[in-house]
Amino acid sequence: MSEVQTVDNMISITIDGIEYKAKEGEYILNAARANDVFIPAICYLTRCSPTLACRICLVEADGKQVYACNAKVKEGMEVVTSTENILTERRAIMEVYDVNHPLQCGVCDKSGECELQNYTLELAVDSQSYMIPDTKRETTNWSSVLHYDPGLCIVCERCTTVCKDMIGDAAITTAKRGGAELDKSYKESMPKDAYSMWNKLQKSVIAPSNGTGETNCSDCGECIAVCPVGALASRDFVYQSNAWDLKRVPAVAAHSSDGAQIYYEVKPTSITDRTEKIYRVTNEWNYVSLDGSARFAYDFQNTTASKDKAAFDAAIEAFKKAETIRFNAMITNEEAMMLQTLKEKMGVKLYNPEVKAFQTFLNHYEAASGNSLWTTDPDAIMKKSDFVISIGAALRNDSPAMKYAFNNVQKLNKGAGLYFHPVGDTLIPTFGKTVEVFTHKVGHEELALYLVLDLFADKEKLPEDVKEYIDSFKKTETKTIKEKEVKTVKEMVLNEETGEEEEVSKKVTEMVDKEITVTTNGLVDLLGGDASKFDAAFEKMMKKKEHFSMMLGEDLYYHEKAENIAKLVALVEATCDMDVVMTPPKSNALGVALICDLDDAQSGYTIGYNENGDFRLSALGDGDLDMPALNQQEGTLCNIGKRLLPTNAAVEYNGYELNDLMKVLVGAPELTIDWTAMLPTDRGFKAIAFDDLTNSFDNDGSDNRGYRLETSNVETDLPEVEKCDESALLEGEIAYRCNPARQFNDFTDKSHEIFEAFALYASTEKAEALGNKVEVVFDNGSITLDVLADEKITGDIVKVPDFKAAKGVYDLFGGSRYKTVTLRKV
Amino acid sequence: MGLEQFKNRNVGTQNYTMVDAGHSPQGAMCQFKQVVKRTFKGELFVGLWVTMRSMIKALFANDMHTVKYPLEKLPISPRYRAIHDMLRLLESGHYRCIGCGLCEKICISNCIAMDTRYDENQRKEVSEYTINFGRCIFCGYCAEVCPELAIVHGPRYENASQQRAGFSLFEDMLTPIDKLNLQQEYDGFGAVSPNADENIKQTPLAY
Repeated sequence: MSEVQTVDNMISITIDGIEYKAKEGEYILNAARANDVFIPAICYLTRCSPTLACRICLVEADGKQVYACNAKVKEGMEVVTSTENILTERRAIMEVYDVNHPLQCGVCDKSGECELQNYTLELAVDSQSYMIPDTKRETTNWSSVLHYDPGLCIVCERCTTVCKDMIGDAAITTAKRGGAELDKSYKESMPKDAYSMWNKLQKSVIAPSNGTGETNCSDCGECIAVCPVGALASRDFVYQSNAWDLKRVPAVAAHSSDGAQIYYEVKPTSITDRTEKIYRVTNEWNYVSLDGSARFAYDFQNTTASKDKAAFDAAIEAFKKAETIRFNAMITNEEAMMLQTLKEKMGVKLYNPEVKAFQTFLNHYEAASGNSLWTTDPDAIMKKSDFVISIGAALRNDSPAMKYAFNNVQKLNKGAGLYFHPVGDTLIPTFGKTVEVFTHKVGHEELALYLVLDLFADKEKLPEDVKEYIDSFKKTETKTIKEKEVKTVKEMVLNEETGEEEEVSKKVTEMVDKEITVTTNGLVDLLGGDASKFDAAFEKMMKKKEHFSMMLGEDLYYHEKAENIAKLVALVEATCDMDVVMTPPKSNALGVALICDLDDAQSGYTIGYNENGDFRLSALGDGDLDMPALNQQEGTLCNIGKRLLPTNAAVEYNGYELNDLMKVLVGAPELTIDWTAMLPTDRGFKAIAFDDLTNSFDNDGSDNRGYRLETSNVETDLPEVEKCDESALLEGEIAYRCNPARQFNDFTDKSHEIFEAFALYASTEKAEALGNKVEVVFDNGSITLDVLADEKITGDIVKVPDFKAAKGVYDLFGGSRYKTVTLRKV
Repeated sequence: MGLEQFKNRNVGTQNYTMVDAGHSPQGAMCQFKQVVKRTFKGELFVGLWVTMRSMIKALFANDMHTVKYPLEKLPISPRYRAIHDMLRLLESGHYRCIGCGLCEKICISNCIAMDTRYDENQRKEVSEYTINFGRCIFCGYCAEVCPELAIVHGPRYENASQQRAGFSLFEDMLTPIDKLNLQQEYDGFGAVSPNADENIKQTPLAY
């Protein structure tokens, strides 16, 4: 959590006679939780809007019964968590939840970690007073990963809430269940809240919101995580293991740069095979939300590895003659540090096409703004921003954390958003009513930043030439429009009763020609928006907005004018009262960017680490020497939140590690994690040993995982920016290097619960036009791909994935993310 | 959660304690003395006389205190805890075990293991089940915790084998389907108590 709690936004409240401090404007339930006070609650999710389905969080605040999940604390408020009436209500609510709930705890996957079990015991429900005929509800599979058993569902709506408020897919909703009506006599005899909760519960069930039996979503599985009962489960996990048999290994999600907190849950594979296997991934869902790669791409370990001395010796020889080491972002900080040491001591080149552009962009940004790293993070955005702008990121694919933050701001902070991207997307506009999507031309990213400057900058601070440039887009026209005008006309009317003439005023509407001056913002039109409507829309968006944040994506790092863009970003920050977050492309790109001096190109004999090369080190089990995968090693990763996060080994590894090679080559400490304290402190790392790193969340949601990287800020002059270079515009058939959601690299592809194919993704119309298979021809080669339709894409740009290193997609695209290509039907 | 377990990387280092096993005689003379002392003490004949007396009584006076094991066996109490049996449902013949894993969890010698899976009928199926009888201490917790009276202690106590660790699989313990009519209901450890009806409350039903 980045927001510093100051004394002045804290107020004091009393809960059950004890005084506590609470943040102003916080819900009673969250305030109680932050202070370790227990109030039962089933349907409420921290970071989402209150659902008010379970009604069990009833408390008395200043003598009035309220729901703790949606009543805000006030200075001096006195909260009582249980009165006689509240206890009666809660007991009745739990009895209702238990009515007709299948007595199959024995086989239920949730048994042992089930909130229905817990609260039934907590409230000591030992008998049942209510009854109703049960409704037959069939078990269904919603997607390739989601399994729903409506018989077990208590319709708390946590799944629908998280899907809408956090994930943004809104792929599931409550639907009609059918079945018996409640007995009328219950209305009188039952406690009031329990009755109304039951009335709703009895009518509802959860279903995909598109009306079919299948969800069309990103398959993140967050609904599974938040389900308090066994109703939602991963298809792969159903009846595989009891919760209590699994050992939790705290770790970091390896694939995206979110660095989300996860637990690998391990247990022996079977009775005959006692090697440990990862059965599932869980998370602290109150504080962190996972994407599909974090939750389902877990079994990517290198199982074939053994200590092959011959291969090891060959590797040593290879390193001795190597000129280049080519690697990617799937690497821990410690390993990156080792490679950097090799560079310093042996003079090898380090080549990393995934990270190089990002590193360069960071350097440009630092030079222009004086900030060593970006100034906010997705968590902070969710907590306080109410206006977010996304430029250059395929939000759905690149960075789940940014997508969630963008969506969450719309839903919870009554926020607004601007989304700039060349590839049209149908999901983003559904995040909120005040989200404007600009589908601009490839190469117009600079203009997007100029528009941001125009809309948000303090014009006093802007350099003259920038102001002039922005104004050059504005056209002032004098238009004659017809306008309705209401006129009051006085008439003399003869009053028939009195026979006298009276003056009566009448209202008459007339059409009048009027001359007005209209300023059209050419930038809006250039970026694919509609300038005539934008001004009004923007005015609406800006109402009551205080905190502005900007999200930047990978497109900008690979932009031809990356340096100018970095300067523009710095200018935005300096003049707009806006903070910025950048998404590191994939996994530990930030760690690599901070630790390694990367070279521009590879040359000579190359060692590929999970990449192509003359000698291949590989954690995929297909190289010349085996390496441990990220779920088989201890170490640290850096994420989009600018934190260094410790991760632990979940499964066994029997081969050599990079550190073993280092010992022979240049000398190294005993363990890989001994490198943790040696990470460069001048780049923001701290000299803290791995075992001293913490790894937890506090009850109030503060993140104590690892540590936050030290950032520096140097006062700098405003950067000199260039105008948008229109010559960089791409025309014709354009391919965009972008992975389908859930796929990031060879490791996600290896995982058995990830199904997204290595194919060309296009909008439905485009896919139809292209047929089943195409050859994508670049300047320097071509690749043949199956064509898949993604109905959430609009427009003509096609997406070419890069998650298979062996396909060499990075080389085809060269230094950019967009390329003009020829698509040939095959 | 605590991270201590992840910080211990010394896998395999354990602390052994030596047990005080008394003294053995030192030197040949001491050993010889011990042999002589034990041989001529006469205790042997006291024991032999007791045996002789019982033998005479059994042979000539038909006064027998023991049974002719293994030709003859005493009935054992239903509460005796011998090798486990897996029972079937009497009506359908399907095995009772639902794969809840409670026996596996409660087992204090950690000798029960099971694998389960989602079967074609959308039910939980026990795909593998084993008890390591080299470790089992026959405490009866598994039978007591079983919600289905599926795992019970049977009467088979003859389990001598050539090696210490003997494993039983699910099928070994399961009542053979052709002997279903001979399956005895179990009323030992974990069975429903005779006054169970008095201890439960009725749940109202809307049918």
